[in-house]
Formats: sequence, C-alpha cells, structure tokens
Amino acid sequence: MSDTPWWASQDFWRKCAIFVTAFMAVILIILTFDTVDAITSGSDRVPAYDVINYRIGYEFDAERNMYAPVIGGEAPLFATMHTEEEARALVDLGKLTVQAKNCMNCHTLLGNGAYYAPDLTKAWLDPGWGNEQSRELLMTLFLTDPVSNARTFGTNRRMPDLGITDEEARGVIAFLKWLSAVDTNGFPHGFEPLPQGGP
Amino acid sequence: MSTAVLDAPIAAARAAASPALSAGQRLALKYFLAAMVLFLAQTAFGLLAGLQFIYPEFLFGVLDFNVNRMVHLNAMIVWMLYGFIGSIYWLVEDEAGTELVGARLANVNFWILTAAVTVVVIVYLVVQVGSGTRASIWLINEGREYIEAPRWADIGIVVCMGVFFYNVAATFMKGRWSGISGTLVLDLIALAGLYLAGMFYTTNLSVDQYWWWWVVHLWVEATWEVLVGCIMAWGLMKTLGARRSIVTTWLYIEVALMFGSGILGLGHHYFWIGTPEYWLALGGFFSALEPIPLVAMVVHAVYDAGRHGFRSNNHPALAWLIAHAFGNFLGAGVWGFMQTLPQINLYTHGTQWSSSHGHLAFFGAYATIVIAFIYIALQKWRGDVWMSAGLPDGGWKWKWSLGLQCVGVMGMTMAMLIAGYEQAFVERAMGGSTWQAYFEGQTQPWFIQAMYWRMAFGVVMTAGMLILFWDLLTIGRNETRPAKDVHAPDEV
Ligand code: HEC
Ligand code: HEM
Ligand code: HEM
Ligand SMILES: [Fe+2]
Repeated sequence: MSDTPWWASQDFWRKCAIFVTAFMAVILIILTFDTVDAITSGSDRVPAYDVINYRIGYEFDAERNMYAPVIGGEAPLFATMHTEEEARALVDLGKLTVQAKNCMNCHTLLGNGAYYAPDLTKAWLDPGWGNEQSRELLMTLFLTDPVSNARTFGTNRRMPDLGITDEEARGVIAFLKWLSAVDTNGFPHGFEPLPQGGP
Repeated sequence: MSTAVLDAPIAAARAAASPALSAGQRLALKYFLAAMVLFLAQTAFGLLAGLQFIYPEFLFGVLDFNVNRMVHLNAMIVWMLYGFIGSIYWLVEDEAGTELVGARLANVNFWILTAAVTVVVIVYLVVQVGSGTRASIWLINEGREYIEAPRWADIGIVVCMGVFFYNVAATFMKGRWSGISGTLVLDLIALAGLYLAGMFYTTNLSVDQYWWWWVVHLWVEATWEVLVGCIMAWGLMKTLGARRSIVTTWLYIEVALMFGSGILGLGHHYFWIGTPEYWLALGGFFSALEPIPLVAMVVHAVYDAGRHGFRSNNHPALAWLIAHAFGNFLGAGVWGFMQTLPQINLYTHGTQWSSSHGHLAFFGAYATIVIAFIYIALQKWRGDVWMSAGLPDGGWKWKWSLGLQCVGVMGMTMAMLIAGYEQAFVERAMGGSTWQAYFEGQTQPWFIQAMYWRMAFGVVMTAGMLILFWDLLTIGRNETRPAKDVHAPDEV
C-alpha cells in the first residue's frame, strides 16, 4: 500500500480523528463554563428563585426580535413575600414533585419531554387560568384534582390524579412561576399571557 | 425475566451447536436474548401509548400514558445497550486473538444487571409515581426522559458497565490491539463517563436540561454512532471479507467527521432552555454538518458491499447492515436536519416532528445494527452454516420481517411528520402554544388521522418484529451446508 496518497492514509486519518475530537471537546468544555455561569439562578437569563415575589410578563422585544420575559412589580405568590431561601425551598419542592410524578412523560417543559399534553414552560401565564385573581386558586384545584377540573377541549384526554398534595401543588406553582421567568430566546413564539394588572 | 426463560433455549442450543462458542460468545447470546425480550416490551408499551392518543379512556388511571411511554423508552435504551454489549462480547475475543479475561465475573454481571432492570421495570409499573421527595428519585423514578432509572439503579448500572469495560479492555490488553479495538475502548470510556453527567439532582431546570442533553445527545449523536461504527467495521470484515486497512481508515474518517460535527452539534438542544444566544448560531451550524458522516457511512457500506459483488456469507445480516446505513442517514441525517436550524426549530420544537425523527433515527440507526449482529451470531451458533442465497424457505421470513419493519417504521414516521407539520402551524405558529392552542392542534383532522395511521403502521412494524423472532429461532436450524467462504486471500 505504499502508493496510497497521504490524504487516504490510515495514519493521517487517525491523527485527524484524535485532533478533531480533542479540539471540539476543549471548545465544548470552555463554552460549558460560560454557559453554566449564564444559567445559574440569579443570572440575567435564569432569575433567582425570589422572582416568584414579582409579576412576570412575556412580551415581544423588538431589539432582540424575539419574545422575552419581563419582570415587573411586586406580586407575591400566595399573598406571601418569600425570602430567597424560602423561595428556593418552595421551587425545589415543585421540581422534586415534577420529577417524582413523572410530568415530563406527558408534558414538555422548555419544549422537552412528551407530546401528550400542553407545554408547561409558560403554564403560569396561560390564559386558561382566567386572570391574575383566579389563577392561584384554579391552578391549585387543577393540580390536586385534575379529573374533576378537566377541560380537554372536547378530546376527553384528561390528566390523571397523581396524588399531588396542597403543599406539593404550591411547590409546583412556584416552580412554574419561576420557569416562566427564564429567558428562552423567544420560545414559545407568539404566546399571549393572561391579563395581569399594572407593573 | 426469570432464569428459566433465558436458560432453556441456551441449554438447548449448547447441545445443538457444533462449533464450540467461546465464553464471550455464549455470554453475547444471553444479552441478545434479553435484548429481544425487551424489544418485545418496547413495542407492546408503544402500542399502548399510541392507543391512548386515540382512546384517552383506555387504561386511564391504571397504566397512564406517562408510565407506558417511560417503559417504551427505557426498554428501548436498555435493549439497544444490551445489543451493543452483546455484540462487543461477541467480537472481543476474535479481535483480541485471546480468551475473555473474566468470563465468570462477566456472567455474574449479566445476571445482576438483568435482575436490576427487572426490578426497575416492576417498580415503574406497580409503584409508578412517588411524593415530591428525594427518596422518590432514589427509589422509584427520576422523572427525566430516557434516564428515568432511579438513582440506586444508576449506580448499579455504572458498576456493571465498569465490570463490562474491565473485561473488554483487559482482554485487548492481554491479546492484541487494533485500530478498531482502540477506538472502541476509548469510545466506551466516553460513553460511560457521559452517563455520570445525568446522575445528579438540581432545582434549576435549565442546568438540569443542560447536562441531561450531554447524556442523550452525546450518546446517540456521538458515542453510540462511533460504537456502531466499530461494530460495523468488524461486521463488514466478517460478512463480506472487506479488508481491515480499508475499514479502519473509514472508521477514523467517520470518527473525525462525527465528533467534529456532533460534539458542538449538541447546541441544537440549547436554543430554548435558558442558555445564551450564541448557541443559536453554534448549534445550528455544527448540527447541520452532522449528516455528512452519515453520508460517508452509506458510501462506505454500499461501496464495500458493491465491491464484493454483494456476495456475503450472511444475507440477512448484510441486508440489515445496509438498512442500518440508510436508516441512519434518513432517520438521523435527513429527519434530524429538517428541524435542526433554529428558525425552524422554534416552531417544530417539542411536537410530533421530534417524535417522527426519534422513531426513524433510533430504529434506522440502532435497532437495525443490533439485529444484523444477532444474525451474525446465530449463524455461528447454529454451526457456521450457510446463510447466503438459496435458503430452504427462500429466506421469506427474514425478507418479510425486514420489509414489514421498515415499512412499518417509515409509515409511523410519515404519519407523525404530518401530525407534526400541522401542530407546528396550528399550535405553535398560529396559536402561540397555549393550553387551548395545544388542543386546537390535537383536534385537527390531519392530526387525528395521523394518530390512526401511526397505530396501523405500528401494527405492521410489530408483525415484522414477530416474524423476526420466528426467524431468529429457526434460521439455519436444519442447515447442513457450511457458510460461504468470503475471505479474500489478502485478508489480514
Ligand atoms: C398521564 C399524563 C399526564 C401527567 C403524568 C401529567 N399531566 Fe398535566 N396534563 C395532562 C393532560 C392530558 C392535560 C390537559 C388536561 C385538560 O385539558 O383537562 C394536562 C394539563 C396540565 C396543566 C394545564 C395546562 C396548561 O397549559 O397550563 C398543568 C399546569 C399540568 N397539566 C401540570 C402537570 C404537572 C405539574 C404534572 C406533574 C406533577 C403533570 N401535569 C403530569 C396530562 C398529564
Ligand atoms: C442516530 C442518531 C440520532 C438519534 C437516535 C436521534 C434521536 C433523537 C430523539 C429521540 C430526539 C427527541 C428528544 C426528546 O425526546 O426530546 C431528538 C431530537 C432532535 N434531534 Fe436527533 N437523533 C439523532 C441524530 C440527529 C441528527 C444527526 C440531527 C441533526 C442533523 C438531529 C437533530 C435533532 C434535533 C434538532 C432535535 C430536537 C427536536 C426538538 O426540538 O424537539 N438528530 N433526536
Ligand atoms: C410498535 C409500534 C410503536 C408505537 C405504536 C410507538 C408509539 C410511541 C408513542 C405513542 C410515543 C410517545 C410520543 C409522544 O410523546 O407523543 C413514542 C415515543 C418514542 N418511541 Fe415509539 N412506538 C413504536 C415503536 C418504536 C420503535 C420501533 C422505536 C425505535 C426503535 C421507537 C422509539 C421511540 C422514541 C425514541 C420515542 C421518543 C420520541 C420523542 O420523545 O421525541 N418506538 N412511541
Ligand atoms: Fe441532538
């Protein structure tokens, strides 16, 4: 095989494979440091957990040419101002519940998961909850008893009773409120939140 | 799976088989058998989940959609991993030119892993969900798609993978190394290491999904691709007598192209999860390059097969290897590419498009090659018998099972693609992805019909799978002709 040109030789491609892989891996690791920093809660893109004390909107940002969350004035969740620690504990309970009840094998969160039920990225802002005043109550009722409170829009595709307690429901709602404040580069596009009071 | 299910056929086979199988090869057969049982489970639960789209009352409150889907997906991941492990145990001694180092340990390992998988599935089906505590995540399920296995099982899987890795690496160390085995061992390190990225809990969903994709994407679009590249290289040498120097060079080319595009291609999952805007450009660009290595693989397989005049010693295996090359290109390359640019993905993200792509890619890229390998193994097990043209029954079983499965999966894929198109328009683009918009999308005639078509083609696929099992149980049984000799004189 001595007449093999260099570009077809095994040795050349072995070196190529090693070099390319190492190079790409290093780039990914560098980017990971930057990205993890940018998505740690308390950053510009991923808010601190006490964002649940504020009103959260979702509006088209002409400059970025995409929809983006807008953090407004005080709007305490369950009429209570939470410290960052309390807020974290509540959101954490919500996240644990979301995992333990396996919500993501029916729903998507941030667009990832299953396609049997609506995306929950902006569930906190969904017009289906009526208005700001009715929202917390309706969400709690729905999560703790989704069968009696089913809507299904004529499909009869209901969410089953997952045995969510009131406490867990509060956690899930806090988690969903926090989630709706994450900057997702404009996904979902064109989502119009339910009416909320002034800033 | 009980011991009896696995032991009976294997004992029967041991008596029947003429050429002595090596320890690694006997172990491989166990992995393959377990893999096929899980394949059956996968389709069964897929059919249940699919039916619930049409009849939401069906098993409501008993076996809900999330449970069926979770079993569908976990059975798939585990059977494919079993298929890979089996294939590697099958080839390791041949490739290393020596005996497996820890055959006994490897056997115990198989039973521990299989017992753990059984317990996990039983808990999924019986306990289903827990309360919002860490204990649920440790004991019941983690609620993260594809890697739902509870933490205790994660740790067990890592230990078992460690034992497997030790066996493979130490066997090569004792015997000889080659380009294929070197690539394989390095790839296995990466594959196992990546699993660790999915083994932690965090409150922050953005961070959670950042690392979750390391496992999912860097498995299927990087390390699994290279792993099957290694298996394919060995398979082409065995079924066609392709030259080692050629398949090894191709393997390096594929590694360079696959890792070159696939590692940063990870960015196509970082468009919308809270991660910075630079991922829109990076992810879009690099993932758009990912089809290139997949084209290279098709060229490689077809070129090799053509060069050897499609004269192989194992027709079903070669046919499935070709199906793998095209399935990988179509399912991953074309169907992935369709939605990989952020401008499009903004609307298709999280719709039936994704599901359409997921089915064709997993089936086309991974189910196919595992099946090909099982045929290679069976041929030797049944006594190194003839499996080329002119099988006693005309080979109708393998031909029909291949045809029905490919038509079934392609039909399901098309149905979901149509549903996904409609969803992208109605739910995402027009409706703004609200609760109501979601159901507007789900109730359009195009969507509803697609769900029926998906079921119909799912049944076709399942029929093909059942014929496959029948063929696997019978092919070569009463064959007396020896396998065709395909090894060119210049074979190394
Ligand atoms: C078995 C599938 C399934 C599981 C598991 C599931 N859901 Fe649902 N969910 C549904 C379906 C179906 C609907 C639509 C129900 C309706 O319209 O009545 C729904 C609706 C919702 C809604 C209202 C829709 C919206 O856009 O705001 C919320 C909020 C919700 N689910 C949250 C959750 C949470 C949180 C979990 C986990 C704790 C969960 N779901 C688990 C199927 C499921
Ligand atoms: C064999 C290789 C591949 C397999 C098995 C595979 C499988 C999958 C699966 C199962 C999903 C859905 C994930 C989820 O559940 O959320 C997915 C998503 C995706 N894949 Fe692949 N894929 C492969 C290769 C590719 C390639 C080569 C590309 C691009 C060219 C690609 C592009 C995408 C994109 C853009 C998504 C995101 C879909 C969304 O936004 O919902 N994939 N893939
Ligand atoms: C027997 C016929 C099958 C049926 C009826 C079926 C049905 C389903 C259903 C209903 C889902 C859930 C999708 C959703 O969330 O909306 C699903 C998901 C999935 N199935 Fe199947 N399936 C079948 C066979 C297969 C096969 C053979 C494979 C691959 C080898 C496969 C791979 C997948 C994957 C990867 C997903 C996740 C998709 C995603 O999240 O994007 N399925 N299947
Ligand atoms: Fe990917």
